[in-house]
Amino acid sequence: MSALTDDTLPVSPRAVRDEMIVFVLMAALLAIVPLTGIYPFFVMQALCFALLACAFNLLIGYGGLLSFGHAMFLGTAGYFTAHALKVWGLSPELGILVGTLGAAGLGVITGVVAIRRQGIYFSMITLALSQLLYFIYLQTPFTHGEDGIQGIPQGYLFGIFNLAKPTVLYYVILVGFLGGFLLIYRTINSPFGEVLKAIRENEPRAISLGYKTDHYKLLAFILSGTIAGFAGSLKVFVAQNASLTDVHWTMSGEIVLMTLVGGLGTVFGPVVGAFVIIAMQQYLAGFGQWVTVIQGVIFVACVLTFRRGVIGEIAHFFRRSL
Amino acid sequence: MQALYAQLLVGLINGSFYALLSLGLAVIFGMLNIINFAHGALYMMGAFCAYFLLNLAGIGYWPALIIAPIVVGIFGMILERTMLQWLSGLDHLYGLLLTFGIALIVQGVFQNYFGSSGLPYAIPDELKGGMNLGFMFLPIYRGWVVVFSLIVCLATWYLIEKTRLGANLRAATENPTLVRAFGINVPRMITLTYGLGVGLAALAGVLSAPINQVRPLMGADLIIVVFAVVVIGGMGSIMGSIITGFSLGVIEGLTKYFYPEASNTVVFVLMVLVLLVKPTGLTGRAA
Repeated sequence: MSALTDDTLPVSPRAVRDEMIVFVLMAALLAIVPLTGIYPFFVMQALCFALLACAFNLLIGYGGLLSFGHAMFLGTAGYFTAHALKVWGLSPELGILVGTLGAAGLGVITGVVAIRRQGIYFSMITLALSQLLYFIYLQTPFTHGEDGIQGIPQGYLFGIFNLAKPTVLYYVILVGFLGGFLLIYRTINSPFGEVLKAIRENEPRAISLGYKTDHYKLLAFILSGTIAGFAGSLKVFVAQNASLTDVHWTMSGEIVLMTLVGGLGTVFGPVVGAFVIIAMQQYLAGFGQWVTVIQGVIFVACVLTFRRGVIGEIAHFFRRSL
Repeated sequence: MQALYAQLLVGLINGSFYALLSLGLAVIFGMLNIINFAHGALYMMGAFCAYFLLNLAGIGYWPALIIAPIVVGIFGMILERTMLQWLSGLDHLYGLLLTFGIALIVQGVFQNYFGSSGLPYAIPDELKGGMNLGFMFLPIYRGWVVVFSLIVCLATWYLIEKTRLGANLRAATENPTLVRAFGINVPRMITLTYGLGVGLAALAGVLSAPINQVRPLMGADLIIVVFAVVVIGGMGSIMGSIITGFSLGVIEGLTKYFYPEASNTVVFVLMVLVLLVKPTGLTGRAA
């Protein structure tokens, strides 16, 4: 089986240095966004999806597991956070905690089922599980079915930061994104991450070396789902609603697309991919269903000619790992 | 009791579509090592093909039953020649991503021109009306769909398991290089196999047109259920796909009668149970 990414080199000090430089550049660029006059809601939305795509990338890029149902974490955390804020009247930090824990719980339940099969079956199972959840959310009263949960109060984070102010909200989202990103980066470069890569490259050999690969895969799945859920909880404060579109399979497809465009198994690829796809959706919003067609064309083009993605191509050109 | 039998019949009909589609997926996976995400979109194209034949050319249901699978099958073979063949040797997942993209394109284009609402397709005159079987009223068209699908499924099974062509096909699945050494044109066989699988999907589309109306997204949700069917049944055996498809349709029908709230989800729940008890699927061997 050929690997999905050609990043088989062990982590070198140079790679870590390169990645830290890029990370600082990225953080600095994102930090000055409110000063530039760029529409902050666009960037906030893109940041939520970027973290979501990074969480998805942890599974596919480092574990070799293509989840076609990651929207279920986005949607579940969104519903939980929205419900906690609006109905229970919890504070924002507790709302985020409820949503993230909800996604973590979902990750445990679905992970136990999904990791029983590998490769193509894993993708079909995660897709089917998210569809199962879609129908459950369609029918349970607390999600308000087709209407979704709307008009969610933003409140004061830790009782200090007024999230109704766009600039404050922007920096809160940015801190959340950078925190999640660093957590994923730390995971990839930890001994745990190395074992994951070993499993991706050759699972039977990893088993023969004494690793309980199922435990590693389950942990990776739960971690990925939890971070995806955290992104979903943050998104509630930006969009101020939680709806069925966030659980639908088209959303799962978009997450895959973002990561594919940016570069599967690259550290920064999902971030770039998320910005590209969200920007495309913004600019093409008036074209109706043609957006779907264009997304399909990008899928086809990426798979046929551009499998490394934007960041993957750049990294390959400079022979660096990014 | 009438309602129970009626739901059983609906279940059998859905089961026919599950069987025809999962059969096609299994055949394609065997030869191409690709899970064809575009299968639902091609099923939809089959139904639209019948609709166009009737409304633009005045060609009725019976010729459409043959023409639509051939037209869509040729479209599928073009897809295979121009795109899918370049993926051989790459990870299976790329096939899934590519065909997902194709599905988005096809469904998006149809949605642009036809919206999301259904277009009516009349039942052919010969199959109108119904029979009173004593215990239930059987609409003839629905009975026809079940019987005809079963015949097509069994014919496909016979073709693959019992004929010389099928033997070559199975051999090429096991070891393409060796089969090529015998002078058999394996790439052409792969193209034809994809055409066959796609043709079966289109045939299911034509059969469903008078029942479910013709809609651009008619295959989008169906294909996810069919994936669950494939996970439950495993793709190792043709007969397994047929039996799993029909039985899951029946179980879904029974659920609609006894506990309608769960009818959307029962197949997925069964998939979870099967994975917990027997992860390889009911007919599958260890991967």
